Amino acid sequence: MSESHVFSTSRGPALPEGLDSAPVVQALMQRFGADRFHFQNTLTGMPVLWIAREDLLEVMRFLRQGEHAFEMLFDLHAVDERLRGNRQGLPEADFTVFYFLTDLSRGRDLMLKVALAESDLRLPSLTPVWPSANWYEREVFDMFGIEFQGHPRLVRILMPPTWKGHPLRKDYPARATEFDPYSMTMEGQDKEQEALRFVPEEWGMKRGTDDQDYMFLNFGPNHPAAHGAFRIVLQLDGEELIDCVPDIGYHHRGAEKMAERQSWHSYIPYTDRIDYTGGVMNNLPYVLAVEKLAGIQVPDRAATIRVMMAEMFRINSHLLFLGTYYQDVGAMSPVFFTFTDRQKAYEVIEAITGFRMHPAWYRIGGVAHDLPKGWDRLVKNFLDWMPKRLNEYQRVMQDNAVFRDRTRDIAAYDTKEALEWGITGPNLRATGFDFDARKQRPYSGYENFDFEVPLGTHGDIFDRGLMRIEEMRQSLRIIEQCLKHMPAGDFKADHPLTTPPPREKMKEHIETLITHFLQVSWGPVLKPNESFQMIEATKGLNSYYLTSDGSTVSYRTRIRTPSYPHLQHIPVLMRGGFVPDLIAHIASIDFVMADVDR
Amino acid sequence: MSWLTGDVVDIIVAVIQAIVIMLVAVVVGAFMSFVERRMLGLWQDRYGPNRVGPFGLFQLGADMLKMFFKEDWIPPFADKRLFVLAPMVSMGTIILAFMVIPITPSWGVADLNIGLLFFMAMAGLNVYAVLFAGYASANKYALIGAMRASAQTISYEVFLGLSLMGVVAVTGSFNLRDIVEAQAGLWFIVPQFFGFVTFLIAGIAVTHRHPFDQPEAEQELADGFHIEYSGMKWGMFFVGEYIGITLVSSLLVVLFFGGWHGPLLPPFVWFALKTLFFMMLFILLRAALPRPRYDRVMSFGWKICLPLTLINLLVTGVVILLNAPTGQ
Repeated sequence: MSESHVFSTSRGPALPEGLDSAPVVQALMQRFGADRFHFQNTLTGMPVLWIAREDLLEVMRFLRQGEHAFEMLFDLHAVDERLRGNRQGLPEADFTVFYFLTDLSRGRDLMLKVALAESDLRLPSLTPVWPSANWYEREVFDMFGIEFQGHPRLVRILMPPTWKGHPLRKDYPARATEFDPYSMTMEGQDKEQEALRFVPEEWGMKRGTDDQDYMFLNFGPNHPAAHGAFRIVLQLDGEELIDCVPDIGYHHRGAEKMAERQSWHSYIPYTDRIDYTGGVMNNLPYVLAVEKLAGIQVPDRAATIRVMMAEMFRINSHLLFLGTYYQDVGAMSPVFFTFTDRQKAYEVIEAITGFRMHPAWYRIGGVAHDLPKGWDRLVKNFLDWMPKRLNEYQRVMQDNAVFRDRTRDIAAYDTKEALEWGITGPNLRATGFDFDARKQRPYSGYENFDFEVPLGTHGDIFDRGLMRIEEMRQSLRIIEQCLKHMPAGDFKADHPLTTPPPREKMKEHIETLITHFLQVSWGPVLKPNESFQMIEATKGLNSYYLTSDGSTVSYRTRIRTPSYPHLQHIPVLMRGGFVPDLIAHIASIDFVMADVDR
Repeated sequence: MSWLTGDVVDIIVAVIQAIVIMLVAVVVGAFMSFVERRMLGLWQDRYGPNRVGPFGLFQLGADMLKMFFKEDWIPPFADKRLFVLAPMVSMGTIILAFMVIPITPSWGVADLNIGLLFFMAMAGLNVYAVLFAGYASANKYALIGAMRASAQTISYEVFLGLSLMGVVAVTGSFNLRDIVEAQAGLWFIVPQFFGFVTFLIAGIAVTHRHPFDQPEAEQELADGFHIEYSGMKWGMFFVGEYIGITLVSSLLVVLFFGGWHGPLLPPFVWFALKTLFFMMLFILLRAALPRPRYDRVMSFGWKICLPLTLINLLVTGVVILLNAPTGQ
């Protein structure tokens, strides 16, 4: 009953037309023959093509070079299709692996999907074409049990090596109550511990040369400079890094699995905890993607409030970055000053959202409340406070010879390398590459704001730090414009799928009462489709790829976080460096493990 | 009371003086931990420990209580004898080095003719504490810390000694009391400015204080050589470091800032004030500077400080020769 009601009143935009005639689709069909592809129409805003497993490597090579080349393998993951009800017109598949290529300079995206049968879950590995596919393929193997042939080392990445089962499969339970109570014996503990022991030979490393042994050092998972539960095994010759192997997964909470059991609405608080320093910034790509599925246009006021709060959190996150960045280079004091500033930011955030780190404040169709009385004065105070402090932080960097010596030309990479490894955000812009999703792919009304995108030149640790200071200045500009031009109007869309619906409307008549009741008990039902939203988050490009099967919960939620590829890049960059350089580089990446492991 | 001869009285007085100086050195060192935290708080826009007693003055007592009652843990994989020995060496050598410091004209433990050499010997021995701790802990972080410490100490001790040779050459004595008395007119900071600068740097390096805290560099080695230590053994390293700061500060005063010399105020007050100044400088450095990379620290020592001390010594020698009475 509820479904028909909801569907009849939703007025979502029609599916985008014309993506099947995109130049790259035409070129592919010309090169390989139109019958090799199956076009899927979605709300993702990009062409989605199904291809056969046999064609995968060929097509990928074609898309790697030449006129139709893509710059980045943005994402790679899979979907368990076995329980999906609404897949009319799609090729038969038990599992689907999707490849998301993007071309940031020219603003083109392409998604390729490969259908797999449960009896034959094998695929050629993409690592020879895109080295950054390495970790993604390991994760797909870990989560779905899909085997990538030719992968250099296909082992679990997020789950412990001893784990049984593949958690993102639909037949794998999502709740602890569906399992027997957990227990750990002493022997079990020893076994787990032993499984974590690093064996250099497994990674193709030597234990030493003829006349010397290397030291293998466990850096983490508990180390003051590891920024969370992150382990890197270092192969050391004295203090020089011969090689290193990052080991992630210690912060894995199964956020993507949880999305398949929470309602569209009740999943919002989980998104806050993906990049836990980003607060409501994390809500944004999720609610935007949900709104695409629901066909909701949010009012200007809601969009502007969202922008303002997201920028508050960008400043907040960058301040945390800055403090720990100085600290990891050995400067003890700045972190206390940046935390003072963060407190100032929290005073604003707290007054507006009622919460500090994880407000979970955005809603499907708007935000939770309107701005409180006197919010403008608080924001004004913050705007007055920050610029002086930022100048001071910049001087701390630029005028200190020791600091420059530690960061200039250390751990530097160029744009090509960055794109190849999926590096985005300030870390990409530090190389001089001009891409900011707020400018090039505006969302939530960013196109209406006047701000600049700072660019670096060296791509080194110093530039990555400076980038953040300048970004904070620009964020202040955006917040100031929000303050001056905050539109009047509603903070929630007047739409049947707005959740929770405006309360005043509930009391009007029985239909709105039923809608309200269903939405706060079951949650909204979204039409079957797929949608995608990419945003310029605090640490780089964060995106949500949602698949709806016409139910109150998401069928598959893929969260692509910026920190994941940033960490994969560490060994490539740090070979031959020194341990203190590694620490400084880790600090300059700006990651949190929750953002990596999800 | 026939045994109470003049000699015996002298001995008793000397013993009491020695005990008092040792206790004061230890208490000042321990109290430094509180002062440092308060001063850092001041410079870092926060309070620091201010809850225990007025202005947090009893924090030291609370810390000591905590430390004494902590489990005295020795890791099963450690080399037990060296593991226990290391903190003793650390604190012992530093306290022994205090022996040669002349505090006022009448206070001081020993007037060794080789006073300065004795200090350098003790500073040299002190590195064994770090080496033992790093080796005995059987921990890779501790080992890297110990490796850094030994390399750093060897490099910096070379010019630690050389930087003082100018002072020795001018005074003509290794006796610290003679050195102080030679500064009655002009403090050595003026004629031996480069000696002062290099000694200050070497002094910081020898006490492993920021920015030369490479052996323990928290962000890199997660505490380095004393990572496996806890309770009172760790406390001895901790207090030892602060006593080291007090020692180097008082040496700076004795060697370059005229020791107890100063107008109006009594000699002891002058000595204490000057020493306090340098102790604060140590803390301020920690609050203000990032940490240079380890290999840069080494090359700075060898390529800049060492040549500087040699030139300083050379120029000092030339000046002495020019001023020397001719025609011997």
